[in-house]
Amino acid sequence: MRNSLIALGKDALGSLRDLLPIALVISVFQIFVFRDSTAVLFSMLGGAFLVVAGLTFFIFGLRLALFPVGEGLAYSLAKKGSLFWLVAFAFVLGFGTTIAEPALIAIAAEAAQVAAGADAIESTDEARRGYALGLRLTVALAVGVALVIGVMRILADWSLPVMIITGYCLVVLLTTIAPPEIVGVAYDSGGVTTSTVTVPLVTALGVGLASSLRGRNPLTDGFGLIAFASLTPILFVLAYGTVQQWI
Amino acid sequence: MDLIVTTLRFIADSAIDVLPIAVFLFAFQRLVIGEPLANGKRIAVGFVFVVIGLGLFLEGLEGTLFPLGRLMAQQLTDPAFLYDVAGKAVADLVWQDYYWVYLFALAIGFSTTLAEPALIAVSMKANTVSGGAIGFWGLRVAVAIGVGIGVSLGCYRIITGLPLHYFVAAGYFVVILQTLVAPKIIVPLAYDSGGVTTSTVTVPLITALGLGLSEAVPGRSALLDGFGLVAFASLFPIISVLAYGQLAVLRKRVSDFEPDTRHPEKEY
Repeated sequence: MRNSLIALGKDALGSLRDLLPIALVISVFQIFVFRDSTAVLFSMLGGAFLVVAGLTFFIFGLRLALFPVGEGLAYSLAKKGSLFWLVAFAFVLGFGTTIAEPALIAIAAEAAQVAAGADAIESTDEARRGYALGLRLTVALAVGVALVIGVMRILADWSLPVMIITGYCLVVLLTTIAPPEIVGVAYDSGGVTTSTVTVPLVTALGVGLASSLRGRNPLTDGFGLIAFASLTPILFVLAYGTVQQWI
Repeated sequence: MDLIVTTLRFIADSAIDVLPIAVFLFAFQRLVIGEPLANGKRIAVGFVFVVIGLGLFLEGLEGTLFPLGRLMAQQLTDPAFLYDVAGKAVADLVWQDYYWVYLFALAIGFSTTLAEPALIAVSMKANTVSGGAIGFWGLRVAVAIGVGIGVSLGCYRIITGLPLHYFVAAGYFVVILQTLVAPKIIVPLAYDSGGVTTSTVTVPLITALGLGLSEAVPGRSALLDGFGLVAFASLFPIISVLAYGQLAVLRKRVSDFEPDTRHPEKEY
């Protein structure tokens, strides 16, 4: 119990540290550049408290439940050596963690708001929810596929730079035919996916896999998975926008 | 009362978001591994924390980080403020007059990245693995400068309305060129740093900043120009970390005048 409280306290300090530079920079601008009162900042203290508390509980819970279970599974599946289950697990892991990724939930909601504001979709709650969910499912699917490709690459020892460069060439090609309003969201979704939930679990999968195979470097192969997970969401969201345009 | 209802709704929503991964993990544990979970109670408690935490965080976002980003964008592009600093009316403004926007973007990108725990861990590991060749502070500062410049340049793009993919394509072209000549040890680290930098707190803030800018600058639209800052923030650290590696090699070569035999691939 005492240990858990200490861990919780540490996570709280970590969340505070995340927020601190933002608070500092914005306060400096408010006081010295705009010479405004900081009253508006104080009105946001309640929200800031929620952000810190939420992030603290979230990360504390991840460490307690999701990370040990996910890592244990990743290692034992890598050891087990069944290709089918390994690939299935990679997909499910990418999909499931991405659906629970807080930054993506926030961005998808914002993108839906913007699309509704510009009359690209209907301005109802239902349409916005549908749009945001569609976006998140697309990105989750993309990360699942990315991990499948990444696992196969580690097993077959394909060249990472060649695949990544091909991928980005595809991105540029798809950009030219995709509707312009999806491009920004698509490019951003690449950076959003690889954050709090996904990275530790994906790294565990990559490292477990690479260390159970002879002659592989755990560091380079673990990183390869994340590189794919930042690439495929761009492709998939661009494709999603293109297909939606045709329908 | 309202507050409690909203909070409960956020928590209920986040339960649905966490459900798939929880179900998947349990299913794999039972069906494929065939062993029941050790510490079942602990894990159940953990998932409760995850759900409550996610709900509170998302509720807090709507009250702070999103409005903060928009507020800053609004104030930085306020006609009265711009008249003070540039002495021009809105119609006559050129992109240089928005310099406070670039400074703010630089400061936010730099400071949030420097404090990023994931980056601190990576830097420590890199320092040990490389035997001190990659400095602990050097790498952190390199990544932070990359993110700062990235967000700043992203704001420039939003203000001028130039197409996003020109920048991204050019950026990746530079990355490819650098990959060919940079010391091999820095390459995986550089690619990693792109994903590591954009934390869960920073992403919503700079997204709101971009959307706010695109709404405030005349002639821009949130739909077409507002997104893209996160993409910039993930791309530029790759370039700056590769550059940091190249710089370290160059400095070493100047200081000891003999080719480094341990890493022949440095001699391109």
